[in-house]
Amino acid sequence: MSHGHELETSGRLYGLMAEFDSPSTLVDATHQAYERGHRKMDAYAPFPIEELAEALGAHHSRLPLLVLIGGFVGCFAGFGLQYWVNVIEYPLNIAGRPFNSWPMFIPVTFEMTILFAALTAVFGMFALCGLPTPYHPVFNNPRFSAASKDRYFLCIEAEDGEFDRSETRDFLASLGPTEVTEVDH
Amino acid sequence: MSVIQDGGYNRPGIIEKPPVLAPGHTSGSVTERISEVITRGTPKWFYPAFGFSFLLLMVLIFSIAKLVFEGTGIWGLNVPVGWGFAIINFVWWIGIGHAGTLISAILLLLRQEWRTSINRFAEAMTLFAVACAGIFPLIHVGRPWLAYWLLPYPNTMGMWPQFRSPLVWDVFAVSTYATVSLLFWYVGLIPDLATLRDRSENKLAKIIYGMTALGWRNSARHWHEHEVVSLLLAGIATPLVLSVHSVVSFDFAVGLIPGWHATIFPPYFVAGAIFAGFAMVLILTIPLRSVFGLEDFITQRHLENMGKVMLATGLIVAYGYGVEIFMAWYSGNPFEWFVVTNRITGPYRWHWATLILCNVVVPQSLWIKPLRTSALALWIISMFVTVGMWMERFIIVITSLHRDFLPSSWGMYHGTIWDWAIYVGTIGLFLSLLFLFIRFVPMISIFEMRTLTPEARKVAEGHSKEHH
Repeated sequence: MSHGHELETSGRLYGLMAEFDSPSTLVDATHQAYERGHRKMDAYAPFPIEELAEALGAHHSRLPLLVLIGGFVGCFAGFGLQYWVNVIEYPLNIAGRPFNSWPMFIPVTFEMTILFAALTAVFGMFALCGLPTPYHPVFNNPRFSAASKDRYFLCIEAEDGEFDRSETRDFLASLGPTEVTEVDH
Repeated sequence: MSVIQDGGYNRPGIIEKPPVLAPGHTSGSVTERISEVITRGTPKWFYPAFGFSFLLLMVLIFSIAKLVFEGTGIWGLNVPVGWGFAIINFVWWIGIGHAGTLISAILLLLRQEWRTSINRFAEAMTLFAVACAGIFPLIHVGRPWLAYWLLPYPNTMGMWPQFRSPLVWDVFAVSTYATVSLLFWYVGLIPDLATLRDRSENKLAKIIYGMTALGWRNSARHWHEHEVVSLLLAGIATPLVLSVHSVVSFDFAVGLIPGWHATIFPPYFVAGAIFAGFAMVLILTIPLRSVFGLEDFITQRHLENMGKVMLATGLIVAYGYGVEIFMAWYSGNPFEWFVVTNRITGPYRWHWATLILCNVVVPQSLWIKPLRTSALALWIISMFVTVGMWMERFIIVITSLHRDFLPSSWGMYHGTIWDWAIYVGTIGLFLSLLFLFIRFVPMISIFEMRTLTPEARKVAEGHSKEHH
C-alpha cells in the first residue's frame, strides 16, 4: 500500500475520525493526541465536558470581555440618548425638574446596558463558534449523528501538521475506539 | 462543577432526597425518551386541546378588531377608573413570566441542579406570557396604530419621548425582557435542535431543525463557548428579571395616588411575580408530565421544591400586604388610611377577602409535607395562587382609583364582556403557543439532562479529583 498514491487520489480528505463509546475514553484519547502534537483536531460529545475543551488546548473564552464592552456601550448609549433628547434636542419642563434629571434616566440606561450585553453575548458566541455553519464535512460520516446521542468522536484534520494518513490511523486505532473512519470534504 | 454531582444520593452524611433523575438512565435513553415525544407524531388529544386554545385565540383577535374599530369605549373604563383590565392583565401575565427567568438564570447561578428538567419549559412559558403581556400596553394606548410613538426615533413631528415617565421605562424594560428571554431560550435550544435534526426521519422536519440548529455539531470547543454564554446570559438576566417587575411597579409607585405611592412596591411585586410564576409552572407541568410519562425527569423532588419556593415568595407577598397596611396607618395620612379601610370593608371587600384567602391563607398549607409532595394538592393550591395574584392586581388598580379625593368623583368599575373576552383570549394565545411548543420543540432540555446521567457525572468527577 503506497502512501503517496493514496494521498494523491483523495486530496479531498478532511480528516480521520475515531468513534468512542464512553466520554472518559474520548478525554484520554484527546489528551494523548494533544501530547503527540496534534493541534488541528476537534472532539465531539453529546454534552459539555469541561476537561475535553482543556484537552484540546482551548484557551479562555474571549466572550466575557466582549460582553463587558457591549454592556458599557449600551450603558453610554442609553444615558447619552436620554441626555441628548431631554437636555439638548427636546428639553421638556416637567414640574420644574432639571433637564438632566439623571436619577430618572437610570431605568432606561440599565435596560440598554442589559440589552447590549445580551446581544453581544449571543452574537459573540455565534461569531466565535463560526455559527451558522450550513455545511461541515464531519457530517459526511453517517455515524456522526450519534454524537448528539451517546457516541463520542475525535477527528484529527488532514491539515494538521502532524497528520499522516496511516500513522494517524494507527495511532487512533490504538486509543480503544469502536471504529476509525476517513472523512472526506 | 463538582458540587452536588450525584443529585443527592450516595453522599454520606446528607439526608437522602429523591433524585433529580430517576436511576437507570443513560445519555442515550434520555435522548430517546425526550425526543420521541416529538418524533413519534401527534398524539390524539392534541387536536381537541390545541383546537380549543386556538378558538380562544380567535376570540382574542376578534375582540381586538372590535376594540380597534370602536375604541376603548367598549371597555368598562370611565372616570375615575381609567386603568382597568388592560393593566391588571399586563401585570399578571408579565409576573407569570418571571418564574421562567428565575429558574433558568438565578437557579443556574446557584447551581440548583433540579432546575434542569423544568428549565426549558419555564423559559418557554416566560416567552409566551410576555407575548400576552405585551399586547395590553399596546392596545390600551387607545390608538394602537400609533404605539410606535413610544419609541425614540427621529420623526417629522420633531418630538421625542419623555424619559422621566415610567411608561417609557416600561417600553424599554419589557422589550429588553422579551429580547433577552428569547435569546436565552434559543441559545439553550440550539444543541437540542441539532439532536432533533439527527433524530427526525421526516425530510421537512430534518431541514427545519437543521436550519434552526445553525449547523451545531457538538464540538467540544463550541460546548465550551456555549457554557460560557449560558453563564453570562444567566448573570445578565438575573438583575434584568428583578428590574423588570420593579419598573412595572414604578408605573404605580411613581404616581401619587394613595394605595400606589409606596416604597414596598418593587420588592413586593418581584416576589409576587415569582409566586405567580411558580404556580403557573406547576399548573402546566403536573398534567404534562403524566400525559407524556415524564415522571422520571420531573420528579417529586421538583414539585416539592417548587412548592417551597411558592411558600417562601408567598410569605414575602403576605409581608408586603402587611407593610402596606402598616405604612398607611403609620403615615398618619387620612387618604392612605381610607384606601386601606375601603379595601377591607368597602364595595370591593369580597375581592379583597378572595385575595387574602388565595394568596395568604391557602398557601400556608404548603408547610405540610404530604400536601407539598402531592401533585394534586399542589395543582389545586397553584390554581388558588393564580386567581389570587390576578385579584391582587385588581385590588391595586381598581380600589386605589374608584374612590377619588372628592366624593363627587367616586365610581365603580366592572369589566365588560369585551374586557373578559380579551383576557380569556390571551389565555388562548398562551395555550396555543404552549401546545405548539410541546409538539415541535423538546420541552425538557435534552443536553442538560445528559449531564445528569452517571456517565457524565463520572467524567466530571474524575476531572475534579485530578484538580483538587
